Amino acid sequence: MSKVHVVTNVNGEPREMLCEPQQSLLEVLRDELGMTGTKEGCATGDCGACSVMLNGRLVCSCLTLGVEAEGADITTIEGIAEGSQLHPVQRKFLEHAALQCGICTPGFIVATKALLDRNPNPDETTIRYWLAGNLCRCTGYDKIIRAVQDAATELAHEA
Amino acid sequence: MEAYAYARPTTLDEAVSVLAAHAKEGRRTQILAGGTDVLVQMRSVDREPRMLVDVKHIADTNRLEIGSETVFIGSAIPSAILNENQELKALFPGLIEAADLIGSTQIQGRASIGGNLCNSSPAGDTIPAIIAASGVCVIAGSGGTRRVACEDFVTGVGTNVLGADELLVGLEFPTPKGRTADGYLRFIPRTEMDIAVAGAGVALTLDDGGTCTAARVAIGAVAPTALLVPAAAEALIGTTVDDEALAAAGAACTAASSPITDKRGTIEYRQKVVAVLCRRAGANARDRALAR
Amino acid sequence: MAEARDYRAIGTRPVRPDGVDKVTGRANFGADMTLPNMIHGKVLRSPHAHARIKSIDASRALQLPGVYAVISGADFPSGAEGEISGEGGGTVSDLAKNIMARDKALYHGHAVAAVAAKTAFLAESALELIDVDYEVLPPVLDVDTAMADGAPLVDEHQRTGGGQGDAPSNIAAITKFERGDPEAGFAAADVVVEGAYRVPTAHQGYIEPHACTATLDEEGRATVWCCTQGHFDVRSMTAGVLGKSVGEIKVIPSEIGGGFGGKTVIYLEPLAVKLSELTGRPVKMVMSREEVFRATGPTSASHCRVKVGAKRDGTITAATAWLAYEAGAFPGAPVGPGCMSVFAPYDLDNFRIEGFDVLVNKPKAAAYRAPGAPQSLHAMESTIDELARKLGMDPIDLRLANCADEGTHAPYGPTFPPIGIKKCLEAAKAHPNYTTPKAEGTGRGIAAGFWFNIGMQSSAEVRLSEDGTVTVMEGSPDIGGSRASMCLMAAETLGVPYNIVRAHVGDTESTGFCNVTGGSRTTFATGLAVVQACEDIIAECKQRAAMTWDIDADQVDWTDGEAVPKPGVNIDVAPLSLADIAGNAGRTGGPILGRASLNAQGAGASFSVNFADVTVDRETGKVDVLNFTAIQDAGTAIHPAYVEGQMQGGAVQGLGWALNEEYVYDNNGVMENAGFLDYRIPVASDMPMIDTQIIEVPNPSHPYGVRGVGETPIVAPLAVTSNAVSDALGFRISDLPLSPPSVLAAIDAHDEA
Repeated sequence: MSKVHVVTNVNGEPREMLCEPQQSLLEVLRDELGMTGTKEGCATGDCGACSVMLNGRLVCSCLTLGVEAEGADITTIEGIAEGSQLHPVQRKFLEHAALQCGICTPGFIVATKALLDRNPNPDETTIRYWLAGNLCRCTGYDKIIRAVQDAATELAHEA
Repeated sequence: MEAYAYARPTTLDEAVSVLAAHAKEGRRTQILAGGTDVLVQMRSVDREPRMLVDVKHIADTNRLEIGSETVFIGSAIPSAILNENQELKALFPGLIEAADLIGSTQIQGRASIGGNLCNSSPAGDTIPAIIAASGVCVIAGSGGTRRVACEDFVTGVGTNVLGADELLVGLEFPTPKGRTADGYLRFIPRTEMDIAVAGAGVALTLDDGGTCTAARVAIGAVAPTALLVPAAAEALIGTTVDDEALAAAGAACTAASSPITDKRGTIEYRQKVVAVLCRRAGANARDRALAR
Repeated sequence: MAEARDYRAIGTRPVRPDGVDKVTGRANFGADMTLPNMIHGKVLRSPHAHARIKSIDASRALQLPGVYAVISGADFPSGAEGEISGEGGGTVSDLAKNIMARDKALYHGHAVAAVAAKTAFLAESALELIDVDYEVLPPVLDVDTAMADGAPLVDEHQRTGGGQGDAPSNIAAITKFERGDPEAGFAAADVVVEGAYRVPTAHQGYIEPHACTATLDEEGRATVWCCTQGHFDVRSMTAGVLGKSVGEIKVIPSEIGGGFGGKTVIYLEPLAVKLSELTGRPVKMVMSREEVFRATGPTSASHCRVKVGAKRDGTITAATAWLAYEAGAFPGAPVGPGCMSVFAPYDLDNFRIEGFDVLVNKPKAAAYRAPGAPQSLHAMESTIDELARKLGMDPIDLRLANCADEGTHAPYGPTFPPIGIKKCLEAAKAHPNYTTPKAEGTGRGIAAGFWFNIGMQSSAEVRLSEDGTVTVMEGSPDIGGSRASMCLMAAETLGVPYNIVRAHVGDTESTGFCNVTGGSRTTFATGLAVVQACEDIIAECKQRAAMTWDIDADQVDWTDGEAVPKPGVNIDVAPLSLADIAGNAGRTGGPILGRASLNAQGAGASFSVNFADVTVDRETGKVDVLNFTAIQDAGTAIHPAYVEGQMQGGAVQGLGWALNEEYVYDNNGVMENAGFLDYRIPVASDMPMIDTQIIEVPNPSHPYGVRGVGETPIVAPLAVTSNAVSDALGFRISDLPLSPPSVLAAIDAHDEA
């Protein structure tokens, strides 16, 4: 198998990697770059645990090829906190107990940040539909929705 | 073991020549737009190595042009970009409804309506909406560019008219004028994340008195391909698209359908629900047209 | 005996100790392990639901460069013996055959071989090169067929109840118990209601697929990293399957991405150890989502018949239940707990319960949140709803008239200590969501839920650092915030702030034995061990203070985290804080640690009452849940946010099962919807907020009154949904799921009739 040399930018840092053409971005992030914060729940785009930002768009990294990352800007869960400061979305997930097992949490946090970057004041329905591609089997979503609402409020006050 | 390969052409010519060269050698290629169907298939049903031709870096496949006579939507444009385009949403509320229904936010960030059409699934959400909105496929290949009406593009379950050296550049629609509007509805068991059990797209033109002068009705997930249903359109033309006319159009959809029973629904269920969706989507299209 | 009282730490809602790691992506889950020189294992699975394996030829696979080993049933010792400890039970022999088929493949997806190769992709490619010769046999796919005379036999050696003389049967076991005279009870009834109810197979649906990494050292000692609800049980099960001693295996639990009972058993670990043994390299195995659906979990599909008779005033005079559960390919459907639960919310004089554990050619059932209870109580609570309609009684009043209470002789044997069902019913009746009339065109349903909860074995060690910070070491994997609960109970007991206590889950060699995180036992039983270990610390601290003050230890009190002389002890000294004593430990006898190990008794049962309003689209059959209220007795809520989280998560799992979740099989026993696309668990936009009300009737067997809360929440929502849909439609649909096609078909059938 001939590997492809890919130059990309992950969480603001230039990265180089060798990808097999069929490898997903998820596999490349986890297995080649050792960034295991992005999780695999299904590998078919149905659960959202692998959510990352690709050039400013929320995508499933399991449905993106690693080779497609050439020249792209990627944001993963490891890039959400600013230095040693948790992002307000991360903090609100903790304060609201919006995680139980935590496997879906990285995907939810990336997806939530993508939402609030775009729409600082989403209503409950908007939040629920935006996050419909992120499955959580533990919480029943209630506390996640409240955490997102609270994060939006806090970010609005900061702005 | 044969290996996977990846090409990233930046012009239509380059894309066509990669496709043609591989076709000539009898090697398999697959066009990659959003990849939301291709990667799933690669991982489960069809692992056979192939050359993946990424068409997202070509200007023509990313062109979005809203003109006074026609609207062009490049085949690689992700749904999210279409959903965010207010002008497009105002012109084709039904088509954009359909694009907005393809999968989750994450899928929307990648999946294109061109890809949805080329995947050629009987249940592809945008296909009935594209057909109802009179879409025309613009196809590039070694022999030049050709145009195919959307209702003639898909030839069977997972098959279409594209040759091995061809790709879909985009879709061209007549710009809706006057009191013309569309609507699309599909049925799924959940509120999101499902494949359509049945779908119906309706595009209507009303005169000043509210009488329907032109209509196109298309249905999905109830036959091997999405279907244009002329009988349903005829049931609407000449009426005010009242309940009676909508019921007749719905019945025509049921009559035109030839669904199967599978894990997503039964024959009986799909036949009933496609009529309901036609009625409801038709009413939406009517109300939108009246509001113009 | 615990009573409701004021606490300092307990009942607060602090951030969990493992939280930051889980919101930053740093927490390591099952698939996150990487070792130098590691290779990857994949499993070949049967394409037939029932087939004799005539031969397996791996020679073509082994010729592929980068393929290191192939194993099959012949590589494992035969004749494994013994029972599995832990929640699910069963035999090691069945476990071993479930992990790797021997002479027969018993369900579509049953493991028949495994490969180790350089990459996962290569291992998958190698699977296609293993040639298996099958003799395909007719499958048996549902309880009714399996119980009928002449049905194909899943296991030719299976006899009901293990009896040697009887003819082989798919009925692995029959459970029966009765009290009083049910026939006389029905004869005395003014109204008798009966019905038959089917509930489909559902999967636990944890988002993290099973994963493990194993390595074997030169002395044959294995180390296994895996995501599990109980690593001590993984150790004994892996040892049993491989014919090793537990001392040869060390299991290190990763964080666990959901389990709900499904990760109390094992599938991959012995395969990874065996492949590592053969290749001399660490082997990682991660299941795909499709494998998770086809070969793990699920819980039993069931067919239940319930009959209840009552007087006009609502007094129940008799009840009977007939319950048949699919075990899958090996004995062990949760029909026993189903039988024990079916009438548990009620005080009954006359009843009969029969349960059947039935083999079918489907994956072996695994525990799923209150295993067995959702199915049987769906039948009972639907029947009670029908009874309320017939009697013209409010469904809460009918339940209040018959509910169990302290002193009730529970149908399953014990006499109840204080329990919360009555308080839950009263709270429901007074709840604003219930006193508000339902909206026009909607339906409202209500039902009760129940789970016994279990105790079992736990250990804990609590250590003081020299600055007085506290480390809790225990062995119960944290699936939903249990580290926070342990820290709260430790902080409460020691009288110190929450934020100086950290809880850790140790591996099998760094902490004492703990059974699985299951049975809603962790906060109760492991919590009890933590409390006792803290009491051990307090006793030691009092000794050290006494030594410092040169008085007797029994002259020292422990108050608000400080040693103080008892009232009346005439010395003038400043109190010694935990930090003071810890800092001085080197001079008073050395490091301070406390420990406890126990087999906890007296896990208090947890009852619930749930209700919801729904709409039904009569043209498409779609059910929308408008609101949902969950009321449950938690004994004492240690961390109320995580108690609410259990109630909300269980409610949504139950709603998913009621509405759209089901295994869809074709006639050959092939599951057609093995993915999250078509196995439809609820998504965020499907659900309303889940309103919760925690009732606290303290459990007398726990110092802080804890009852397990994790499992009860899934029980009531099934019947809540059925009852609400029936209310909206004006007629009952007995079977689940209430998916759009089945609801529309029922509406059409009803309209035609």
